[in-house]
Amino acid sequence: MEFVFFLSAAVKAGTCLLYATLGEIISEKVGHLNLGVEGMMQMGAVIGFIAGFTFGNPLAAVLCAALAGAAGALIYALLTVSFKANQTVTGLTLSIFGVGFAAFFGKTFVGKKVPEAITTFFQPIKLPFLGDIPFIGDIFFNQSVYVYFSYILVIAIYLYLYKTKWGLNTRMIGENPVAADASGIPVDKYKYFNIVLCGALCGLGGAFLSLVYISVYPVNVVSGRGWIAVCLVIFAMWNPGKAMLGAYFFGALDIASFWLQKYNLPVSIYLFTALPYLATVFVLLFTSMRKINNKKEPAWLGKNYFKEDR
Amino acid sequence: MIHIVKKEVSKTRDKILIRVGAVLAALVLSSIIVAFAGANPIELYIGIFQGCFGSIHRFGATIEKMVPLLVLSLGVMVAFKMQFWNIGAEGQFLMGAVGATLVVRLLPNLPLPIMLLCMALLAFIFGAIWLMIPAFFKARFGTNETLFTLMLNYIALTFVTALQYDFWKDPAANGMPKIANLPGNALLPSISGFNLSILFTVIIVLVMYFFMNKSKIGFEIAVLGESENTARYIGINITKTVIIAAMVSGGLCGLVGMFQISGVSGALSIEITGGLGFTAIIVAWLSGLKVPFVVMNSFFFAILLQGASYIQTAFQIPGSVAEMVQAIVLFFILGSEFILQYRITSDKKKREVA
Repeated sequence: MEFVFFLSAAVKAGTCLLYATLGEIISEKVGHLNLGVEGMMQMGAVIGFIAGFTFGNPLAAVLCAALAGAAGALIYALLTVSFKANQTVTGLTLSIFGVGFAAFFGKTFVGKKVPEAITTFFQPIKLPFLGDIPFIGDIFFNQSVYVYFSYILVIAIYLYLYKTKWGLNTRMIGENPVAADASGIPVDKYKYFNIVLCGALCGLGGAFLSLVYISVYPVNVVSGRGWIAVCLVIFAMWNPGKAMLGAYFFGALDIASFWLQKYNLPVSIYLFTALPYLATVFVLLFTSMRKINNKKEPAWLGKNYFKEDR
Repeated sequence: MIHIVKKEVSKTRDKILIRVGAVLAALVLSSIIVAFAGANPIELYIGIFQGCFGSIHRFGATIEKMVPLLVLSLGVMVAFKMQFWNIGAEGQFLMGAVGATLVVRLLPNLPLPIMLLCMALLAFIFGAIWLMIPAFFKARFGTNETLFTLMLNYIALTFVTALQYDFWKDPAANGMPKIANLPGNALLPSISGFNLSILFTVIIVLVMYFFMNKSKIGFEIAVLGESENTARYIGINITKTVIIAAMVSGGLCGLVGMFQISGVSGALSIEITGGLGFTAIIVAWLSGLKVPFVVMNSFFFAILLQGASYIQTAFQIPGSVAEMVQAIVLFFILGSEFILQYRITSDKKKREVA
């Protein structure tokens, strides 16, 4: 039973990562490495909390969080897509901005509790039928609505990327924007759409932390999870389904130190902290050494596309 | 139809005007945010100025903030010149500090000059190795170095955390998780508030200027950055060039680790970098990968950093405001680069030119 508890907690801890990772996947699929994930999550987390605290309405809070993340992404999109600015530098700047933004606007809310109405709304709900499956039901189907929505998103984003014309175009732009442009795909429009959607998802990931995961607003609620999400994209090899598994694995590592202490297990907690990064490096090396092309990063990842260079 | 066309070259005067314009626009926007926070923006900017230049001590603090940023930016610049996206300066910085601390722990009784020399050497080697690993995989297997170096930052950070909280924890610190302060023979001597790392930095700047602009390897790095095919065609050994550039780039970032613990913080800890490794990437990029501009921009960012810490204490304005102002300035400069590099024309004009 304890183990089921642990896994259920791992799913919860991994959900914020899952939102951000799904977002970053669709951004990277269109060729844009956005290192501003941490910043956009921070913006979503703080705006989500402020909106929730002010309006007391869970849906308003979530919507504002998504908009805040999307606004951050829009700055990034404007600079990298329209103004051809360097993606790495712009992304890092966005992270600096988001961290400062959250620290500044969240300052007066530190120590405040999430309103009752929101906590109640996001309480774990046991689903009928699915929730009765032994083990699986307790782990996956006795969770918050926020977690259930992420399940739907995984499927939706998988369908979007691999089963629709838009997804095909998106992937084509990430692999070869020259060819995509030549075949009449509006490259910039696709880029804007994917990048801004990525921002909204990162915002949702951040707000999951500030509205569901914690009960009292801390000084730094995201505290580096955005970077873990960037790792997770590679670890999942740009695949939404694997991102889900990876998110729960990294989520488990996130809470592992607490459980290790609880049971006095003789394992270094530093190993657990470093494991997401070590595992990611391993995946990165493995895929590049074996030249597995369909599991590698999009060919134009990080490079801007300039039409007139064609 | 509107077209965006690459400009050949911009005049230096235009470059300066547009950048200054971008900074001013950013400051106007920042002023609005500051006013929103309930402070007087004009007073704040005067505060930043006073915090940086108000006294010899404050000016010393500004230079102290500039030194690590400048050397890190120079390091990052070398790799960027080769189109090798080293965003692992943060990790190389930390590993360099680990290397320097290791010398002190193994040979605590060396005389000061030899001690400093060994610390600097090992810091350089540790930083260099931390970048040569991804460089090797990039050259051999084409492994994405942006992602690899990013991961290595966090691996280094966890490593230093483990050292600080466990393996190298100072038993004399009453349970406080800290690494013991360096002994006197491992500290950079300072003259009236300015420590010796400033002198070394001046030397590094000069050496790097010649390395990048006058040396054969500097030329090879630049060619390789422009086009790998050209480099291969004129007979440059690509693997060797990549590894050497990575060694210099990572080594310089590692050296900063030694400067920082030996000249500023006095001990290795997870806080020594203060995110400077990331700021350095931005500085190097905004400087167009040119040494004189790296020096200029490092100074500008040092003013922002020092000004931020001053207004925090003097005006009780949270330091996060400075972070935001810094980011807004960067956004504007990044945007203004577009005006410098491209121009917008209509079809009609283009035909006339043709």
